[in-house]
Amino acid sequence: MTAITLNVIVQGVLTGLVYGLMALGLSVIFGVMRVVNFAHGELTVVAMYAAFLLFEMLHLEPLIALLPIAAAFFGIGYLLQRTLISPFIGRAEHEQFILLVGLATVIVNGVLLIFGPDARPINLPYSFDSYAIGPLFIDKVRVLAAVAALAVAAALFLFFRYTRTGTAIRACADNLTGAAVVGLNVKQLYAVTFGLGLACVGAAGSLMATIADASPGLSQAYTLLAFTIVIIGGLGSMMGALVGGILIGVSEALAGFYIQPSMKSMFSFALLIIVLVLRPQGLMGRRL
Amino acid sequence: MSIDHRKFSRRSVLAGTAAGAVLLGAPAIVRAQAKALKIAVLLPQSGYLAQAGQSCHRGALVSPAVLSNFGFNVELIHIDMESNPDVARTQTERAINEGAQCIVGAFDSAGTLAIAQVCEQRQVPLIVNIGAAPQLTEQGYKFLVRNFPTGGMLVKNGLTQIQHLIDATKIAPKTAVFLHANDNFGLAQRKGMDAIFPTAGLPFKLVESIAYDPKAQDLSVEVTKIRGLNPDLVLVVTRAADAIKLIRDIVRQKFQPMGIISPGAPGLYDEEFYKALGPLADYHIDAIPWANPKSKVTQALEAEFKKQQPKFRFANECFNVGFTFDALLVAADAFKRAGTATGPELMKALMATDLADHAMIGPPIKFDAKGQNVNIPSSCVQNRGQTPTVVLPADVATMTPVLPMPPWQGRT
Amino acid sequence: MTNIWYHTNWRGKAICLLLLLAFVAAPIVADRYLLSVLILVFYFAYLGHAWNLLMGFAGQLSLGHALYLGLGAYTATALWTLFGVGPWIGVFIAIPVAAAAGMLVGWLGWRFAIEGVYFALLTIAFAEFTRIGFDHLGITGASAGLFLSVSSEGADKWWNLGGGPLLYYYISLILAVAATVLVAGLRQSSLGYRWLAVREDPEAAQAVGINIFRARMIAMLISSSMTAVGGVFYGFYYRNLFPSQVFDIGRSIELILAPIIGGLGTIFGPVVGAIILTPLGEGLTGLMQSLGINAPGAKLIFYGIMLMIIISLRPDGVWPWLARQMGLNGSRK
Repeated sequence: MTAITLNVIVQGVLTGLVYGLMALGLSVIFGVMRVVNFAHGELTVVAMYAAFLLFEMLHLEPLIALLPIAAAFFGIGYLLQRTLISPFIGRAEHEQFILLVGLATVIVNGVLLIFGPDARPINLPYSFDSYAIGPLFIDKVRVLAAVAALAVAAALFLFFRYTRTGTAIRACADNLTGAAVVGLNVKQLYAVTFGLGLACVGAAGSLMATIADASPGLSQAYTLLAFTIVIIGGLGSMMGALVGGILIGVSEALAGFYIQPSMKSMFSFALLIIVLVLRPQGLMGRRL
Repeated sequence: MSIDHRKFSRRSVLAGTAAGAVLLGAPAIVRAQAKALKIAVLLPQSGYLAQAGQSCHRGALVSPAVLSNFGFNVELIHIDMESNPDVARTQTERAINEGAQCIVGAFDSAGTLAIAQVCEQRQVPLIVNIGAAPQLTEQGYKFLVRNFPTGGMLVKNGLTQIQHLIDATKIAPKTAVFLHANDNFGLAQRKGMDAIFPTAGLPFKLVESIAYDPKAQDLSVEVTKIRGLNPDLVLVVTRAADAIKLIRDIVRQKFQPMGIISPGAPGLYDEEFYKALGPLADYHIDAIPWANPKSKVTQALEAEFKKQQPKFRFANECFNVGFTFDALLVAADAFKRAGTATGPELMKALMATDLADHAMIGPPIKFDAKGQNVNIPSSCVQNRGQTPTVVLPADVATMTPVLPMPPWQGRT
Repeated sequence: MTNIWYHTNWRGKAICLLLLLAFVAAPIVADRYLLSVLILVFYFAYLGHAWNLLMGFAGQLSLGHALYLGLGAYTATALWTLFGVGPWIGVFIAIPVAAAAGMLVGWLGWRFAIEGVYFALLTIAFAEFTRIGFDHLGITGASAGLFLSVSSEGADKWWNLGGGPLLYYYISLILAVAATVLVAGLRQSSLGYRWLAVREDPEAAQAVGINIFRARMIAMLISSSMTAVGGVFYGFYYRNLFPSQVFDIGRSIELILAPIIGGLGTIFGPVVGAIILTPLGEGLTGLMQSLGINAPGAKLIFYGIMLMIIISLRPDGVWPWLARQMGLNGSRK
């Protein structure tokens, strides 16, 4: 393997991890509540703008701003679930779809109205730095973002595994009626779940803001990307989202390098079709 | 907001429908009587082309005042076509109903052609401010003129300028890579490149042409590929946000070409580009049509822009602003000569345009039989001190070009 | 069809006929702007019907109908520009091309038991895959677009689907009416009952001997064929095509709004939805204009809010509720 191929793969893995974190939020929400969040990319872009604002106004680095933004997004998610989305739980997918498409339209155009169409960069002192390892060049921001993405995913994993609330949420996901019968407050748990999903989005958006510039036009591509990753990895599987992210990152990078950059997303969609046909539960998912 | 179901009777529903119909179909009686030409300016102010559309819109906003200084009287209707051909088409119909006698727009080709269908049927002239698809003036539209170069013209003139650059700076590049977005603008230029480069007689070899997906989130692979080819020059056709990603990855991968030159695409001089890259935004060169800093029309336009749009810089908006202004100027000038705004008469006057004083660099604006201005030269614009600055041709330049560009290291 | 007509009360019949009459006669009084809006209304009502057959009747969520729209549009326009084959013949080639794509998607989806959201993602994946493919397809101009001349021999004649607004108005009206009649007929046919059975309870349907796979495939066949015809109309109405426009996921989304807002699985839902949504968008634009508000994006914010309000208040769609309010029998129609 040539050094340059290795370089391409490493880039793909790092970018894929951040994508994976974004997809993780979608996976959590769908895995538990069966709500297909079609405003996912839009919310990610809002988080990117939040990171941009905190950096511009308070000079808070996105890696630190990640915490308050994730917290704020938890609150937003909690409220969204309690008000807007709750009546749609258990409803047909197309009804949720219209609701969230409406929300997405409002967000994209709201962002356009407030921030204008220009891309908003966060210029960190190390934005242009890279590590030279032998013949490889690895961007500093991508390494930091990928490490942070892993940390957030690990925290989420520990939460679901070892806390009471986390276990209760998993119970809801496994058996809703059973969970209600044993007296779990499903409404409350759903709100917490949506909050957690959006906290992931908030964290991912902050990290994304270091490797891409916030602009309204990104939203739809992110939504699609998150869905692709989650389906490939396995809806509802946390590991799956990260694995799916890496897989997409690497396969796009390799396809771009060896075939034609303008065709690289074709390979993601082909991969998606193949996974859907051969392993619809996703690579890491359980059969639903 | 709540709806009282009992009160929401059939009658009120019918009344509502009727009101809706009136709102929609409100017949436009108001035919402009004054001597002002009523022009509808349709631009993609929202949607995926919003960045460029809003920049053009600022040009349209400041134009009437400048035009009136030169003795032209126009009245503008500003319409957001949302980067959506459906909206462009219905809104053109509406604008003409409301008395628009001429249409200017629409930055992108799909929207422009949606408008062209209406203009052709209603015999209302359409002046394309920006839109590079060669086919716009090749489909036989009789009510369409374009004061903007086709993709092929951009490349041809751009390559000529690159030759002048090489002569002026005495660099000796041996190889180049061409990178372009795979969208209608990028591919039009790619086709121009494939056709023109082999016979253009430039001293360097085009090693490879690489297309990238304009929806791609990241260009690091593309840059790695370019780095592997190690060309002396990188020729790029990008969109604004992509240009930022491109340069960032080039710097991170410590790739140092002699120059990064665009043969005719925006991106390297937009405000966001400077904001994102700071000193690293300097020394890139665009070989594109540009506002003539030595023309009195441009100076008046710039003064008005400063007054009305203090939050924006004329220097990096002048491509969009200038072409939008020139389109309006062409309309106003034809109206003055025709003495009437009747479509066919106005169109006849437009085709007879011979307009020496305008904002963009170049000879008098004239249209060929197809409605295309075939004489829109390019100039070299280099980023200097984070301001796009004309460096060639020498008669309009305000600085001399610098190539090879200084290394990335030590710029901050 | 006759059945539904027979069971509709006089009020319903009267309203139906009056509305039809009004649309037929509209060009006498309506100006060109109103006509151009109505063309979009009929176009979206037509496409809504096509999609509704698959989702509303057969219960399969497709978010990739832009695929069939684009294939239909590209096939017919390419035949015309490259080989001089007119659209009235071209449409009969466009239909099988799009239908074949529909069959492939359906076969893959239902043979391998891909359901619900997964099926929706499958349809998106195919549409996006094809979009990028067409971005590289040289013969149709790739991403630089495919253009139809207006000056070539006979380009402005009806037999080449060229001409003034009246032509497009009546073609789109005929498409919408024909689709409504077709859907009403199918709904009453044994096929229609099989679809509903499959939608409501696939297992029970299978138990009574309905071939689920076959029923869904037929729905897909009709739906994708109808959408292709809409694509042909689109291509010749706008006379230019770009993969990034016609295959875009935004197209898939916009064409499903009307049937859902109007009432999924109903016969008049797609029509009512289109009558609400298209004028809503246009009305908001007009309103902004007359209030002198130039805030790009504001209109679409209101549009998004309206979508959320309507779906919250009328999750089954507007039509079933409207039918009850107007005293038309049976919200199921």
